Amino acid sequence: MKFGVIRFPGSCDEVDALLACRRVGEAVILWHGERDLQGVDCVVVPGGFSYGDYLRVGAIARFAPVMEEVAEFAAAGGLVLGICNGFQVLCEAGLLPGALLPNTSLRFIFRQVELEVVTRDSPFTGRCEPAERLSIPVKHTTGRYYAPDGQLARMEAADQVLLRYAPGENPNGSLNDIAGVCNEQRNVFGLMPHPEHAVDPLTGPTGGLPIFESIRAHVADAALV
Amino acid sequence: MRARVLVKPKAGILDPQGQAVERALPALGFTGVRNVHVGRLIELDVEDPARLPEMCQRLLTNPLIEDYEIVEADGTNGAGSHAA
Repeated sequence: MKFGVIRFPGSCDEVDALLACRRVGEAVILWHGERDLQGVDCVVVPGGFSYGDYLRVGAIARFAPVMEEVAEFAAAGGLVLGICNGFQVLCEAGLLPGALLPNTSLRFIFRQVELEVVTRDSPFTGRCEPAERLSIPVKHTTGRYYAPDGQLARMEAADQVLLRYAPGENPNGSLNDIAGVCNEQRNVFGLMPHPEHAVDPLTGPTGGLPIFESIRAHVADAALV
Repeated sequence: MRARVLVKPKAGILDPQGQAVERALPALGFTGVRNVHVGRLIELDVEDPARLPEMCQRLLTNPLIEDYEIVEADGTNGAGSHAA
């Protein structure tokens, strides 16, 4: 399978994302000003500070030419993974519900957190173990997940919360300890923690790998149908 | 028209920045201050003020988390306030 990792001006985690994707498949960089998604099976919107994060995090990046193509790709059922700033961009673009607000501490946080896999019913968590805990780092200032009450209840009822911070681990004040959510169609997923930084035993826990392996398995299974 | 767009966190959403300011003021002797909220001010010259609400909805604010008010820069209330 083939991943495409977007590079915006101000992205900083796209190379780690590229290397993480290459552990399970092919991967190419997609430049923000291009419209050609190069036939990828999954688009990764990486972490960083796209367009300086001016105005609001993710607010400008959503208007990049490549994002118009990503919106069409997603509408057609293509897999989209947004990590950290990528999650913020997907929320601003309306491809995911909710928004990310400044951490309640108002501080930049950078640490390892424990995550609970809430459901394996998604292309992004299908290869996780039931109720598996993943150890993945977070590093952000604006990671407090918010959605209005009614919307949050609908998302919970529809099993759209894929990852939660384990009890006591919520680093940013996210509602319902939410670390990652998907859209109703379950093909777009965003999370604040960085799975691409947790794939190599050389540098620590490998809690990010199951996310990439789940995507590969999902694409492989879809190809057999 | 010279316009000011005043952006503030939507009512009911936790505003830690406002809380931090509210806690800091008494330390300087400014007591009796409550309900502090910190937002953002955007100033712009605009040829067609009628398009300002759409600008606010699509880029200048995120209506899910922010309320805004459009004010003419001479101080009079312009296109009015809007809570999406």
